[in-house]
Amino acid sequence: MSSTNGTRPVRVTVNGTVHEATVEPRTTLSELLRSQLGLTGTHVGCEHGVCGVCTVLIDGKAVRSCLTLAVQVDGSEILTVEGLAAADGTLHPLQEAFSAEHGLQCGFCTPGFLMAVYALLTEKPDAGEDEIREVLGGQLCRCTGYQSILRSVMRAAAQFRESKLEWVR
Amino acid sequence: MEWATVKPAAFDYAAPTSLAEALTLLGDPDRDATVLAGGQSLLPMLNMRLARPELVVDIGRIPNLAGIEEREGALVFGAMTTKAAVESSALVLRQQPLLHAATKLVGHPQIRSRGTVGGSMAQADPAAEYPAVAVATGGWMRAVGADGERTIPAADFFVTCLTTGLAPGELLVEVGIPALSAGTGWSFTELSRRHGDFAMAGVAVTVRLDRAGCFEESRIVVFGVGDIPTRMSAAEELLRGERPEPSLYRRAADAVRDAFDAPMSDIHASAEYRLHLAGVLAERGIADAVARAHPGEEGPNR
Ligand SMILES: Cc1cc2nc3c(=O)[nH]c(=O)nc-3n(C[C@H](O)[C@H](O)[C@H](O)COP(=O)(O)OP(=O)(O)OC[C@H]3O[C@@H](n4cnc5c(N)ncnc54)[C@H](O)[C@@H]3O)c2cc1C
Ligand code: FES
Ligand code: FES
Repeated sequence: MSSTNGTRPVRVTVNGTVHEATVEPRTTLSELLRSQLGLTGTHVGCEHGVCGVCTVLIDGKAVRSCLTLAVQVDGSEILTVEGLAAADGTLHPLQEAFSAEHGLQCGFCTPGFLMAVYALLTEKPDAGEDEIREVLGGQLCRCTGYQSILRSVMRAAAQFRESKLEWVR
Repeated sequence: MEWATVKPAAFDYAAPTSLAEALTLLGDPDRDATVLAGGQSLLPMLNMRLARPELVVDIGRIPNLAGIEEREGALVFGAMTTKAAVESSALVLRQQPLLHAATKLVGHPQIRSRGTVGGSMAQADPAAEYPAVAVATGGWMRAVGADGERTIPAADFFVTCLTTGLAPGELLVEVGIPALSAGTGWSFTELSRRHGDFAMAGVAVTVRLDRAGCFEESRIVVFGVGDIPTRMSAAEELLRGERPEPSLYRRAADAVRDAFDAPMSDIHASAEYRLHLAGVLAERGIADAVARAHPGEEGPNR
């Protein structure tokens, strides 16, 4: 690919749907998702990698969408929080667990937590509390004090090991 | 729905699909070009406009720049190997447990999924774990530029805070980390405010004990205190030939504190506190490394 000034086309699959968009090289993935594709479930906070609210999956891995350029993910598969619930609005079991265990209060941080945990459990279904805590440590929540989030994830992890099929998106 | 909330200043972008193409782009003296690897340090700098390159050269689409292999007693990492790949490598865990332990302390899994081995070396953050591992293990960097390639020992690679020996237009392509030889004890200790933060201070230690159980050779590298990871020659010298015991570790810790003229001081930790930590961590780190060492064991790498 040669270098050209100005905008360029990118093609990404987001939550199973192929999207074609035209972006400036400086457009981050979070911005592509939010402002061009209208997927505002992915939040932005710090925009330097620290808070984790912008976490999405790129080809199955949890990454910060604020630290990824849209042009870098040309050809990739993205999963955002909008891709978790079923088409009819039925919550994903992970979302149910957060609801049941009060894993959220204001909810600002929740999309990031859900995606980071989704990536962990789908990659390592047997992840123990230590591994879960490590992933949670990369996400900031200013409301819950984390204990209820940990309980939500422990509940979801136990469930996931029993019924994987309902889980994987 | 469309609105724009761009953070970085505008730049041009290229994603070369060969090393040669990348070197041509980076070698153009008329353009201020910056390499983009995992972006986990560069993107924050772009978003904050601390970096305003004209051209960003994304090396993520060049084939064969990622991967881990064993070569002549060393583990060789393609520059684009992610830290997630290092962390899950059985080869690394077996042959270079110090690197494995250090990897777990680099940011969070969500950062290690994209951050690369080469990126951490090229970034040369004084508080970063990977440069310290490279210096402590006697590692090396292989760089390629318009004039060919060269291998730079880690001890010469880190020049000062955020500055390496890479020449303009040169690309780091490989990082070599010698495997830990049988019997060598090691430790990697750091203190940060929260797990996953950059360290306020840290110490990497390797030790070899002779048949009598005395120190034969040791390497003590402190990071997060000086402008680059620094070997503590006076402390290493003090240990040589001696029998391991706590009072000796305390004297070594004093030598570590004495080794710094101008420790870093910033909002995260004062110079005094960093020095204090360096001593405490060195004392603990030496004891931990000794506990893992097998006296008198020689021979091939494990
Ligand atoms: C929240 C957060 C926490 C973090 N915590 C830590 C931590 O605790 N410890 C730590 O060490 N790091 C930490 N980091 C930084 C992270 O490890 C980065 O991944 C790493 O410093 C840079 O690697 P990268 O691949 O992302 O490089 P990039 O950000 O893409 O590049 C970094 C710099 O190196 C140059 N460069 C990259 N690759 C090459 C190459 N092959 N040849 C020549 N130049 C090159 C780039 O031009 C740029 O100047 C953290 C980052 C974040 C966002
Ligand atoms: S907005 Fe991306 S990590 Fe905070
Ligand atoms: S629920 Fe409010 S920040 Fe986490």
